[in-house]
Amino acid sequence: MRIARWVALTLVLALVVGTVAGCAGLGAKKKPKVGIVFDVGGRGDKSFNDSAYAGLEKIMKEYGDKIETKFLEPSGGGENREQLLRQLAELKYDGVVAVGFLFTDAVTKVAKDFPNTKFALIDGFIDKLNDKSNILCQGFTEHEGSFLVGVAAAKATKSKKVGFVGGMKFALIEKFEYGFRAGVAAVDPNIKVFVDYIGTTGDAFKDPIKGKELAQKQIKDGADVIYHASGASGTGVFEAAAAAKVMAIGVDSDQYLSAPAAQQPYIMTSMLKRVDVATYDFLKTVIDDALAPKGTAPKYKGGYKTYGIKDNGVGYAESNANAIKDYKATMDDFKSKIAKGEIAVPLDKATFDAYIAKLPKKP
Amino acid sequence: MDAEMLASALRMSTPVLLAALAGLWSERSGVVNIGLEGMMIIGSFWGAYGSYAYGPFWGLLFGMVAGLLLAAIHAVATVKYKVDHVVSGVALNILALGLTRFLCIKIFNQATASEHTRAFATLNIPLLDHIGFLKPLVTKVSPVIILALVLVPLSSLVLNRTVFGLRLRSVGENPLAADTLGVNVFLMKYAGVLISGALAGLAGMFLSVEHTGMYVEGMTQGKGYIGLAAMIFGNWNPAGALGASLLFGFAEAISIRAVSSVIPYQFIKMIPYALTLAVLAGVVRRAVTPAADGVAYERGGE
Repeated sequence: MRIARWVALTLVLALVVGTVAGCAGLGAKKKPKVGIVFDVGGRGDKSFNDSAYAGLEKIMKEYGDKIETKFLEPSGGGENREQLLRQLAELKYDGVVAVGFLFTDAVTKVAKDFPNTKFALIDGFIDKLNDKSNILCQGFTEHEGSFLVGVAAAKATKSKKVGFVGGMKFALIEKFEYGFRAGVAAVDPNIKVFVDYIGTTGDAFKDPIKGKELAQKQIKDGADVIYHASGASGTGVFEAAAAAKVMAIGVDSDQYLSAPAAQQPYIMTSMLKRVDVATYDFLKTVIDDALAPKGTAPKYKGGYKTYGIKDNGVGYAESNANAIKDYKATMDDFKSKIAKGEIAVPLDKATFDAYIAKLPKKP
Repeated sequence: MDAEMLASALRMSTPVLLAALAGLWSERSGVVNIGLEGMMIIGSFWGAYGSYAYGPFWGLLFGMVAGLLLAAIHAVATVKYKVDHVVSGVALNILALGLTRFLCIKIFNQATASEHTRAFATLNIPLLDHIGFLKPLVTKVSPVIILALVLVPLSSLVLNRTVFGLRLRSVGENPLAADTLGVNVFLMKYAGVLISGALAGLAGMFLSVEHTGMYVEGMTQGKGYIGLAAMIFGNWNPAGALGASLLFGFAEAISIRAVSSVIPYQFIKMIPYALTLAVLAGVVRRAVTPAADGVAYERGGE
């Protein structure tokens, strides 16, 4: 009996001390907290989401234990996106990156309820934001980067046939398609471009089987360079390309680096979409604002930011140096033309048709 | 239409065929197995892990054993504790989803994809591979596809021509009569469900290891359910299941090749599912379900 009483007393004491200690911890200057919620395909897609994670990793390396970080993955169907954002906001996170356009509705709702948390929405667009909004929409000029790899594809093809495998068919991925086609046409308008999409829902970004089958079909029809913009489904495209010994072009991250050694020779380049840069930029401003002494003007600005070829927000990967060394000069030439605004890269059907009509006809 | 397209259709139909065979083994013993999808999911993950860590043969083994273990839960729940078969199956599907994500984080340190796996060496069918136009169909074939095709006559043989098969079927048709004749009803049901789990695991392993080269969350894309449809359409016969799965694979192959600017994309992507639905609606009328399918057997009951 006596022992039990002692145990109980000790436990109560521990509880009290613990609570007090916890409060003391809160009393000290609180650490800035930042987090990421991933999109369909998740971390490990070796593409879009992994690029965002690379941005967070850079932040973690830079700030170490001065900050708290967390990353979350939505359930398979992504139904709990909003819940995960809310979870981080309720924990008083200073900055949260929502990776992907599918978060558009969720961010709109959660940002309204938690005005003290700042949200970055990658690829999404929300109406009527301004500098003071707690949402920053970060977009990319994917069509410009796709244009450059289109140039490489056109230069590399021997069969004069190239392919494009898209994930979900909608405006965002069509930017990749039309940019790519424009790049191909800029080199040689007579090159045939096969265009296929995996599906019409978010599931299309995690269906490597369809990705592989579509690529195999394009290869059979004669394509010898295939560009994919399909997230985790792209692994299927690489499988097909490597098996048939034709070239493939990766997307978002430098996919040469994450491919197995046997596939690497066939990944000539990747269209880089620097989601890591966007993630890093946003988180850095949020953290710096939180660490800055009271009264300093905040660096964070809400609203819209577009990363383009000019600020290296998009580009192409050079790790397979051997595969692109003969085309690099041409690609860089186009790159500077786009940066200077001499070429307006098309991003949908209408602008693409206008672009093609203006191209000088080659015999 | 050409051999290349047929090869594509064959690849797409293999997981459906294996799932259909899996469903058939279970239902012939009288247990409805809606948990096929979950068993495929778990098979695709463990298959990928086994192949990644130890090579494709171990991948095959891991995938099948994982499916079998999940099926064992289904068997105990439905046969021993007489849980409603559909409820248990659906629960297993949800469990499989959560479990694979948990394991994926633990093993691969990321939630939704594995590392690249090693596939079996592909085979060329001797003799046939010299015929020019057949080449895409008979060269570089995954051994698992051949295994799946061999399993069709093998299942048929075991079910229809062996004592074990007869007993298993009798349990699915009239367990009371079988019991009276000294057949161990529960043992037969366990056997049916466990074989079913192993086959479903194999179907999953084919997807991750053989078809894609890695596990990706959600890669089964409902093929377990389509396998069930193929089983029903095939009238609970292995040969019928083969026909039905080929039809589905063929529809998939068409939908991949039928890109045109005239038909909207959404409709092309619907082809396999619309076809499955149409065929089921048209054919199921004459399908004959095992008489005691989905009914719990209670000794000394009635």
